Amino acid sequence: MSAVNRRDFLKVTAAVGGGLLVTINLAACRDKGAAGGTKAADPSVFVRINPDNTIVVTIPKSEMGQGVRTSLAMLVAEELDADWNQVRAELAYYDPKFGDMGTGGSSSVRQNWMPLRTAGATLRAMLVATAAKEWGVDAAECTTDNSFVHHAKGDRKLHYGALAAKAATQPIPADVKLKAKADWKLMGKDRVGIDVGPITHGTAQYGLDVKVPGMLYASIERTLVFGGTVKSFDKAAALAVPGVKDVVEIKGVGIGVTVHPGVAVVATNTWAAMKGRKALTIQWEAGPHAAESSESYLATMRAAVEKKGEETVNTKGDPDGVLAKSAKVISGVFETPFLSHATMEPMNCTASFKDGQVELWSPTQYPDMATAEVAKALGLKPEKVRVNLTMMGGGFGRRINPDFSVEAALVSKAIGQPVKVVWTREDDLRHDFYRPCSVHRIDASLGPDGMPEAWRHRVSTPSIDVSYQEKPPEGGWGPNETDGSANMSYRIPNRSCEYTLQASGVPRGWWRAVSTTHGMFAVESMIDDLAAAAGKDPVEYRIAMIDGVWWKQPPDFPEYPFRADRLKGVLQLAADKAGWGKPLPKGHAMGISCGYDHLSYAAEVFEVSVVNDRLRIHRVVVAADAGPVVNPNGARAMLEGGVIMGLSAALKERVTIKGGGVAQKNFDSYSLLRINEAPVVIEAYFVETDTAPTGFGEPAVPPVAAGLANAIFRATGKRLRTLPLDIKLA
Amino acid sequence: MEVRLTVNGRERGAEVDPRAALLDLLRDQFGLTGAKRGCERGECGACTVLVDGRPTLSCLTLAVANGGRSVTTIEGLADGDRLHPVQQAFIDHDALQCGFCTPGQILAAVACLDAGRANTDDEVREWMSGNLCRCAAYPQIVAAVRAVAAAR
Repeated sequence: MSAVNRRDFLKVTAAVGGGLLVTINLAACRDKGAAGGTKAADPSVFVRINPDNTIVVTIPKSEMGQGVRTSLAMLVAEELDADWNQVRAELAYYDPKFGDMGTGGSSSVRQNWMPLRTAGATLRAMLVATAAKEWGVDAAECTTDNSFVHHAKGDRKLHYGALAAKAATQPIPADVKLKAKADWKLMGKDRVGIDVGPITHGTAQYGLDVKVPGMLYASIERTLVFGGTVKSFDKAAALAVPGVKDVVEIKGVGIGVTVHPGVAVVATNTWAAMKGRKALTIQWEAGPHAAESSESYLATMRAAVEKKGEETVNTKGDPDGVLAKSAKVISGVFETPFLSHATMEPMNCTASFKDGQVELWSPTQYPDMATAEVAKALGLKPEKVRVNLTMMGGGFGRRINPDFSVEAALVSKAIGQPVKVVWTREDDLRHDFYRPCSVHRIDASLGPDGMPEAWRHRVSTPSIDVSYQEKPPEGGWGPNETDGSANMSYRIPNRSCEYTLQASGVPRGWWRAVSTTHGMFAVESMIDDLAAAAGKDPVEYRIAMIDGVWWKQPPDFPEYPFRADRLKGVLQLAADKAGWGKPLPKGHAMGISCGYDHLSYAAEVFEVSVVNDRLRIHRVVVAADAGPVVNPNGARAMLEGGVIMGLSAALKERVTIKGGGVAQKNFDSYSLLRINEAPVVIEAYFVETDTAPTGFGEPAVPPVAAGLANAIFRATGKRLRTLPLDIKLA
Repeated sequence: MEVRLTVNGRERGAEVDPRAALLDLLRDQFGLTGAKRGCERGECGACTVLVDGRPTLSCLTLAVANGGRSVTTIEGLADGDRLHPVQQAFIDHDALQCGFCTPGQILAAVACLDAGRANTDDEVREWMSGNLCRCAAYPQIVAAVRAVAAAR
């Protein structure tokens, strides 16, 4: 049991309508550093108990399918001893009082673990005190269950809804005890998502479904060459389309936001807006990036990793010296393409500008940033901007970017009417913020015991940060780009990681798990090659050298230190569950990989066969450790979904740059893994280390590509080092 | 031009552009936003509705071509308060994450079951392969459809 002093951060008041309102100051309660550190406003979150017994939790994070509305509501409900069937989750709107509402980095449960459970426990104590007073008994004689307070002696009970109004006048207890895991009733057990009802009825409202009075629809023709601008345009033909109301130029907003220059066609319905857009004639200025291509990037990145990197991100011992003296250097060059997020719901946003204020209904992962950038672009104070969150058809990091929100606000301001800017799939695929392409070169040598003696890892990518800031962060561009590379956790006495920035006009962003998606592909493939060269078992080889993270950068979250035992734990569990080392059906082989991503640990085993050059994935086993599991059902969904998204990227996805723009247009050319291609058997297991939880949203993605490539290598003897892997599914 | 059709059991009429898609009519004019606009070229299946019981990509069929037909969208699938067994199975199996593709998945699954093509996992996977799910709730979708098939 842990005791929490929450006097600093809890305020309880009577709510309008007779309920109980709890305001939690998250800043005073959140674990150090976990709130992001940069925005110390007055963060709060609300819990409301209504007289009709429903309990409404306002979720200060964005729901995009990761189940955060369910898991965060469970944190409150568990400690409150609430009737789960009466718990509702409410979408938040952006307000600095909620604190950092940015949803990403697998951080939602981690950040809210203490404050939301403490809120539930405090409320429970106050409801108990109210009932005890009512009955004239000692509070210690009362128990709670399923939204009732019971009196142990006798059969008296009162529902929370009946107690809420009076409970609001109770003094707030100074300390409450949080439940031990063994006492959990709701958490740790499978729950289906809190939103499954409206979703399966078709009534859940996504950004794309928002309708506000007087709303028009807009479709925007944006420059297809990154960095291009509008030279001139003719709007007559567009205006002649029935239903088209207006045509306005979008000037574009630069670095940090990246609203592309273009021309918006505004109409009374989506179809007319799109038809009008097709009728536009636009003369473009191509800009400085028109000659860039995936091939040109590859050529310079390949050359870059053949020499010393511009930045030395990490170094220990003398890798160059040891490699120079080695009789045998084992080398590998790994290449990965740009990737698109390809959320099922294309970007969109509805905005209403009126009287110097603007209201938005935005499927955004980061309303804080959207608010700030909309204010800046429109020349308003942030308090004149209101961003309402909507349900989101997937996020995966794409919706962190404020471009679609700013764009809608600009259009609404230009026409002086509410407008929904609808992106087509083509718009979405060709104006994403892409996972950067990369080239990795690793050179390594083995000592007499077969263990690596030297390891030099060179990385070149177009940095993500360059899309958001003019100057590199302290420590250079390299550290963020080499997450998963420079900080890999194997014990090697002489090692280094070098980074060379690749210039590119392609907007870059945070694609689920970010830089580890390519870094871990290179590292975990290479480790397997080294194990093979040493004639050692890949599992034993890894376990023998999983050590600490050698990383000269200060850790982002020192309170969640890397633990070698946890990485070894998931690796061993995955191997055991997969039956690693046991006889397999003829032609089958297994590959394994593991890694540390966003403070969580994951290991994966892929059982495959390759017949006539065609790949079959028979079984996937994933084991993960993010600490205690709040909702196993939701966590499993994240692991399985992460594995399949990783497979989609490993086998199919590639954005190609041609003439400074994206060559792919729709799902026919940017194809995602379909249900008939996804493995039938994915088994997910947890190691629940007794610590504060981290998150499951991302860590299952990065080990996939290497794990699969390792399995293919063991099945065929062929090492594939380029993504997507050059192999077709059976 | 005018089109008259039955939507979720109710006769409706509307003035539409002769080249507008059924999806536009449903979403913008009838306010039935359960059918989603995902790709507009029949690649993703998010706009799937049933037309006279057959699974149909509403982004690829003209609104006017559906005159006199009976369209079922996700909003009309339940029988009053009684959920369609496929809706219930999607809930029971948590066969969704973000839920954006779910209306299309459910209607494709209804058609798959009605066509008697849910006898094996592979049959379901083949039939449902036109419906993308980026969150990849694929294992649960197969399980949900198979559970309904088993109960029939």
